[in-house]
Amino acid sequence: MHHFKRLAASTAVVLCASGALAQDSITVAIQLEPPNLDPTSGAAQAIDSVLYANVFEGLTRFDADGAIIRGLAQSWDISEDGLTYTFNLAAGVTFHDGTTMDAEDVKFSLDRARAEDSTNAQKALFADIADVTVIGPLVVQVTLSKPNGMFLFNMAWGDAVIVAPESIDTIATNPVGTGPFAFANWVQGDRLELARNDSYWGAAPALETATFRFISDPTAAFAAMMAEDVDVFVGFPAPENLPQFAADPRFQVLNGNTEGETILAMNNQREPFDNPLVRRAVTHAIDRQAIIDGAMFGQGTPIGTHFAPHNPDYVDLLANSQFDPDLSRSLLAEAGLADGFTTTLKLPPPSYARRGGEIIASQLRAVGIETEITNLEWAQWIEEVFTNKDFGLSIVSHTEPMDINIYANPDYYFQYDNADFRAVLEDLNATTDPAGRSALLAQAQTIISEDYVNGYLFQLGVATVARAEITGLWVNQPTAAVDLTGVSWGN
Amino acid sequence: MIRFALGRLVSLTASLIVASIVIFAVVEVIPGDPAAFMLGVNARPDTIAALRAEMGLDEPLIARYAAWVSGMVQGDFGMSWTYKTPVATLIADRIWVSLPLAIYALALSTLVAFPAGIYAASRRGGAGDTAIMGATQLGVAIPNFWFAMILVLVFAINLRWFSAGGFPGWADPWAAIKALTLPAIALALPQAAILARVMRSSLLDMLGEDFMRTARAKGLTCRQALWRHALRNALIPVLTIIGLQFSFLLAGAIIIEQVFFLPGLGRLIFQAISARDLIVVESVVMLLVFTVIMVNFIVDLTYAAVDPRLRARA
Repeated sequence: MHHFKRLAASTAVVLCASGALAQDSITVAIQLEPPNLDPTSGAAQAIDSVLYANVFEGLTRFDADGAIIRGLAQSWDISEDGLTYTFNLAAGVTFHDGTTMDAEDVKFSLDRARAEDSTNAQKALFADIADVTVIGPLVVQVTLSKPNGMFLFNMAWGDAVIVAPESIDTIATNPVGTGPFAFANWVQGDRLELARNDSYWGAAPALETATFRFISDPTAAFAAMMAEDVDVFVGFPAPENLPQFAADPRFQVLNGNTEGETILAMNNQREPFDNPLVRRAVTHAIDRQAIIDGAMFGQGTPIGTHFAPHNPDYVDLLANSQFDPDLSRSLLAEAGLADGFTTTLKLPPPSYARRGGEIIASQLRAVGIETEITNLEWAQWIEEVFTNKDFGLSIVSHTEPMDINIYANPDYYFQYDNADFRAVLEDLNATTDPAGRSALLAQAQTIISEDYVNGYLFQLGVATVARAEITGLWVNQPTAAVDLTGVSWGN
Repeated sequence: MIRFALGRLVSLTASLIVASIVIFAVVEVIPGDPAAFMLGVNARPDTIAALRAEMGLDEPLIARYAAWVSGMVQGDFGMSWTYKTPVATLIADRIWVSLPLAIYALALSTLVAFPAGIYAASRRGGAGDTAIMGATQLGVAIPNFWFAMILVLVFAINLRWFSAGGFPGWADPWAAIKALTLPAIALALPQAAILARVMRSSLLDMLGEDFMRTARAKGLTCRQALWRHALRNALIPVLTIIGLQFSFLLAGAIIIEQVFFLPGLGRLIFQAISARDLIVVESVVMLLVFTVIMVNFIVDLTYAAVDPRLRARA
């Protein structure tokens, strides 16, 4: 409606020659509304969905395939020992409030994120930074306390974007960045508007304005798309309706991957899951395809370890945990649990967990494992499962990119404690050459797969429904983002 | 009349104090640490502690209750933890959706229910009465969210007369009213059905009273007696229902707001609960309790205006 009004008001004459009209505004729906607009503090993905690459930019950034490309840093030199990164910043960059972006802003942003009282949700990304020094107006040097092969990757996260001291106090409600779109207006609960930044330092985007709307109800999402109230829905919440959109010539459906490894988490320190035989028995009891078909309407790729299958370093380890209930039962007998056992299965709100949980419960029952299902809200899940580790089994999708390092933390909620694995990850952190990193990543994936730390289910898919004319949308979600830089109406 | 009003005012204040204690206690015992939720699973314990301190969560419960209540008395509802804007601003924004929607729905339901109820009562037992009673039975039985989906399917997806949801704001009043029309109809249907039934039975009760016979004996026609004497007396139970319905429409439209993705108070509470934005939940619920109590207070006063006996009894 809003969209139509704008059009009618500004181009009433052109409307007569309809069809030839080049549309330059777009309405994008996502499920959740960002609670605030500060990507450098809250963990809510919706903040990045709206602002990443559109309003805020970092030193480096993810492209549509998840590769790390240049951002505000146009080039960089890494010292021989891998400890010093010298970044050369793009020239002529201004924030949306007109102030200049320079090396001082980079220093401010990185120092703020790693400060004592920082509330950055991903503070670990900055943990290895020992010092940030301004060399010149457009040259900044970052010194690490130890080599970190992931540093350029870390700097691409939405939590590492460059902000300015002049506008930091009001960033939560009035975000000021350097990106191709500037924040225009936010009607809380309803919509958020961005407008093209005409003084953008890079290639100008095709769109003049973009409106984000927030629709979490699956029925409402279907209606809003069908009534053409919204042009694009990223992360469409009703997978059962996708075939209908695919068959409708007005729409296109993009099925992509996310960085979300969806796992059946097992409490490795709690009986009986402290016994590797039991963990292995659980993984052989699970039929992944039945879960993908039944809970996800076919959306999702089976995984055999905690790694994204679209990553070039992924190793196919599905053979370690093939669906084999007989093997599962004999492993349980070997573990002295021939009569099975009872455990808890605590489920957070997303449908992959709630629907998947019912299916997994019945698959486990078939080999003698009874589960008591508890449905939890996210806040409860974080307290009970994640913080207090009070669970036997849980289902959750780990959506952070390249997060296999969580297995190196014995205090992480599934409590996997393996010194060999930690040694491999330490090597990985100290290695910067790609071939060496590949080999170490393969080793890490294999260790956790053969230790049956968790049940590895599937890589979470993401469906985008859009008007057929629209081009340039991301298919995959290498990070939570709706990058509108290259999006246009294709005419 | 003044003593009656004062008595009501005392019980109103007591209700508010009890409500504030209950709301605060219930919200505080909801499991889930707000700071841990906001920072997600990769946050470090020291980061969470820093945020808890920033949010004032490390202070004792009594101190926080006192701060909340004294703030509210002075009109300061506090600062939302997640939105980082004053709660009063959030409420002010949302009330411009919820209040007009409630009034719109109530107006629609009254406009339909009064004529239908009066007509049915005056044609008691006739075909018109049977038809209206059958229709109201259906109206009470249909869940409003289902009815809302049907409205969207017909008027937004097929006919394209309305948007499927959302709210454009009051800058263009016509667009705003249009956006609220389908939700208001969905909300009004069951309310109208209930109201029509109450109207009819209340009128029928009155028609059997002695003063009605007197009125007829004085030479009024049946219809004249109904309009001049029965209607005013039949209004008391109807007013009670309207008061209850208004409170319900203001606070209870959560599902309809979800179906039409309207930025109203119900959706604000819903989001705030799942985000553990406790201060928002507490303040909005308290405001709703206040409104409900005030509406009941006003309804009580209207009774007294309509029925002098109630004044005397107090």
